Amino acid sequence: MVEDLQLKDRHTEQRLFRHRMLVALAGVVALLSVLVARFYHLQVVNYEDYRTQSDENRIQVRPVPPTRGLIYDRNGTMLADNRPSYTLSLVMERVSDLDASLELIGRLVQLDESDVKKFRDRLERRRPFQPIPLRFRLSEQEIARISVNEFRLPGVSVEAELVRYYPLKKLFAHSVGYVGRINDRELSSFTEEDVRRYRGTQSIGKVGLERSYEDVLLGEVGYENVETNARGRVLRVLERHDPKPGSELTLHLDARLQQVATEALGDNRGAVVALDVKNGGVLAFVSQPSFDPNLFVTGISFKDYRALSDSLDVPLFNRALQGQYPPGSTLKPMMGLGALAAGVIDRETEVKDPGFYRLPNDTRLYRDWKRWGHGEKIDLIQALTESCDVFFYDTAHRWSIDGMHDIATRFGLGARTGIDLPIERPGLFPSRAWKRGARGMPWFPGDSLNAVLGQGFVLATPLQLAVMTATMANRGTHFKPQVVMAIDGVEQPPEVLHHVEASEENWDLIFEGMESVVYHQKGTGKKAGADLDFRVAGKSGTAQVVGIAQGEQYDSEALKERHRDHALFIAFAPVDDPQIAVAVLVENGETGGGVAAPVARELFADWISRPLEETARAHTKTGEEVTSG
Amino acid sequence: MASRDFMHRLPDSHSSLSRPVSLSRRWHIDVPLLVLLLILCGTGLVVLYSASGGEFHHVRRQAIFMGVAFAGMLVAAQIPPDMYRRWSPWLYVIGCCLLVAVLYVGVGAKGAQRWLEIGGFRFQPSEALKLAVPMSVAAFLHKRTLPPSLISIAGALAIAAIPAALIVQQPDLGTSILIAASGVFALYLAGLSWRMIGGALLALLMAAWPIWQWGLRDYQRQRILTLFNPDADRLGAGWNIFQSKAAIGSGGIYGKGYMQGTQSQLDFLPESHTDFIIAVLSEEWGMRGALLLLLLYVLIIARGIYISFMAQDVFGRLLAGSITLTFFVYVFVNIGMVTGLLPVVGVPLPLVSYGGTSVITLMAGFGILMAIGTERRRVSF
Repeated sequence: MVEDLQLKDRHTEQRLFRHRMLVALAGVVALLSVLVARFYHLQVVNYEDYRTQSDENRIQVRPVPPTRGLIYDRNGTMLADNRPSYTLSLVMERVSDLDASLELIGRLVQLDESDVKKFRDRLERRRPFQPIPLRFRLSEQEIARISVNEFRLPGVSVEAELVRYYPLKKLFAHSVGYVGRINDRELSSFTEEDVRRYRGTQSIGKVGLERSYEDVLLGEVGYENVETNARGRVLRVLERHDPKPGSELTLHLDARLQQVATEALGDNRGAVVALDVKNGGVLAFVSQPSFDPNLFVTGISFKDYRALSDSLDVPLFNRALQGQYPPGSTLKPMMGLGALAAGVIDRETEVKDPGFYRLPNDTRLYRDWKRWGHGEKIDLIQALTESCDVFFYDTAHRWSIDGMHDIATRFGLGARTGIDLPIERPGLFPSRAWKRGARGMPWFPGDSLNAVLGQGFVLATPLQLAVMTATMANRGTHFKPQVVMAIDGVEQPPEVLHHVEASEENWDLIFEGMESVVYHQKGTGKKAGADLDFRVAGKSGTAQVVGIAQGEQYDSEALKERHRDHALFIAFAPVDDPQIAVAVLVENGETGGGVAAPVARELFADWISRPLEETARAHTKTGEEVTSG
Repeated sequence: MASRDFMHRLPDSHSSLSRPVSLSRRWHIDVPLLVLLLILCGTGLVVLYSASGGEFHHVRRQAIFMGVAFAGMLVAAQIPPDMYRRWSPWLYVIGCCLLVAVLYVGVGAKGAQRWLEIGGFRFQPSEALKLAVPMSVAAFLHKRTLPPSLISIAGALAIAAIPAALIVQQPDLGTSILIAASGVFALYLAGLSWRMIGGALLALLMAAWPIWQWGLRDYQRQRILTLFNPDADRLGAGWNIFQSKAAIGSGGIYGKGYMQGTQSQLDFLPESHTDFIIAVLSEEWGMRGALLLLLLYVLIIARGIYISFMAQDVFGRLLAGSITLTFFVYVFVNIGMVTGLLPVVGVPLPLVSYGGTSVITLMAGFGILMAIGTERRRVSF
């Protein structure tokens, strides 16, 4: 019966199995329901959330920086351009191992320690997912090497970026200025609106027009939605809002005149400012020595910066805008006019010049630059022609500091000219109130004698002297000096700041005196008008060098050289219909008539003798041609 | 044979005798199962093409593996179940020896040692055990009276435990648990008493804390923690699950379209052509696609259960049942992991994920199912 037993068992076994299998089947169905519920939960209930998540994964909003506005001189010569430059950047969120990546990059492209150091500095203040530049100006070969190894470098990208370029290099460094990388200080002073506007932009104007017209040049940032893969590579652009490029600036400046002025100064340190008499436009703006602004654009190397900042000649210093010098005798025409207008002197006034002047009740002698004096009977014309100091001592004594301060102010001295360049210095023309406030002392008659000769407390920038000269040439209309002629083709209207009231007769008299400076045989500025077929009016000046900053070490020869007087010359031309007014300063040049006047002459020769159509056409030349020619 | 048995079998044997034997029956092919497997494999290749970013490299290799696996399945189907039963001890012993060998001379990657290399050919002995263990347990229980006695239970558990313990050492916790499970399924189907099952579950629950504390490695603990809080570490351990959930969820009901899944095509989804391939399908084909795939699996499992019901003897029943249930567990564990229900364990989605070894083992298992399903009815007078 063993068989029988087994048969029964088999049957129960099968029933048992089926029962068990059905229970298992129930379990299978239950678990399947869990899976179905899970799919429902993910794909239906939370669909929107996951849809958003996956879009956020792949779609990124990238700022598209605007192209910075270009800058041209009055004839269309390019002064500031944008050129493509290839920059190697890293997005830290996507870099798995920074040190390994840097090591590999270092084998593919040239990487200095300073590059890496600056890169690590930038890392400190990055925004999330912001590409941090590591190397600028990659060569074609370097770009190729990086792209071949792209797969080994997650988070590393080469981006074309437009970088500012100044084709004329040194020539306009002190007027156009330069841009540089946005630094910590600038970043921390940004408002929220600034942060938005500068998204994607790496540079900001640091000095010159680049700084003062930053808002105009920058443009409006654009945006694009891009699809990226998991490694951050951009695959396609889904949507784009174009940026609005920055405005184009057309300047009053003339590249050729600027070049002429620079060459005329030669190796001398100094400044030249030329203004358009008719509207205050700045035609030339030179401060020597200069520097190549391109060095600063993507970050100047420590070595280059040391060379510039340690130089005895301080090339970074803008002498025309920030250099404050005693203007010396260049103030005499203005003082003469003021005294005429105030009725202190007239055409007939004559003064005896024994070589010195003595105030009543005072034993001190105020000397004339000419030891034995200019003569028995010196009138205004002769006093201007020969730069007679005693005539003006006498005038000052009979006049008042209040009158002198008033006329100087109307001519633009003692206050910022309001030119559209940043960080202008105001110079100084003293008044009673000023002396009481600044020195705590009353005004002495002797102070007036110093002030009338542009000495003592008087300080002026070369730009202020140019404005004074232009106001003179204009017969009293004092325009605000302006570098920018037009923004996006829209002319910037000239602005009149003051008007100096004087009779035509008085203006004629001063013009005659200044003309005589250039053409009289005893004139101090004869070199300013040599061989020109139009008439020039001018005035020379000499400024004593007061002192040298302490702690600087010079060898004795250089010391001696740097103690020499500064040479000054102001002039305008043509006398019958003045077009251009010029102020020249040559540091340690000693004589205004000898060293500074010929510089002014070169500018006149270029500007006035230029046929009108040439000034209009000419300057389609490219920047390189101008510099090399 | 008793009359009852005879009666029971008569209609069946009558038909097979009277009608000419069909081609499929002669070659031991279970046609519904074959058709379902072909559809599943075809679907797998289509999804794989998208998951590999539109490149044929993986698809071609996988197709070759599938061809080999189908041939293997057909060969396995020709072998009578009795022969499997007799060979199972040898298969088991050889498999265990190879597992021991793996621990000493095995090769591997990512800190795990799972492969044996012989003459440039690599294989994973643990794959063979996936079939050898349920086979051996079924064979062991076949000879014994059921429901199993305590001794039978102990024997069956030992058969399952030895290879599982060896595989844990590699380490490969996922495979180890699944292999142990296939043995336990056979034991369960044989009629393990509910009291025993309840007791075992209780013991497991009580052992949970000691296992967590001392039994798991750091990365395993991390994976389980990630399961409960996937957003804690999105760029680290939670990345895979975060991305796969985003892929599945963003697919919605209708999907983003074939080859249009942004998560999969833009590389946000890791392991998209292997363990996480269901996320690709769910993203591109939506919930419709995912449910259709589930349906395909359900049909295959249903056919497996049907075969186990129809099996001739204890061995066949237990083996067919165990293979089918284990197959379901693979499906469930993989989808559960990708959808964020279960911790991340390296279990591929059967016949869809890229990977040759797994395809071959699975198809061999279905070959055995076919052998059991098409076994000639024994007519013994």
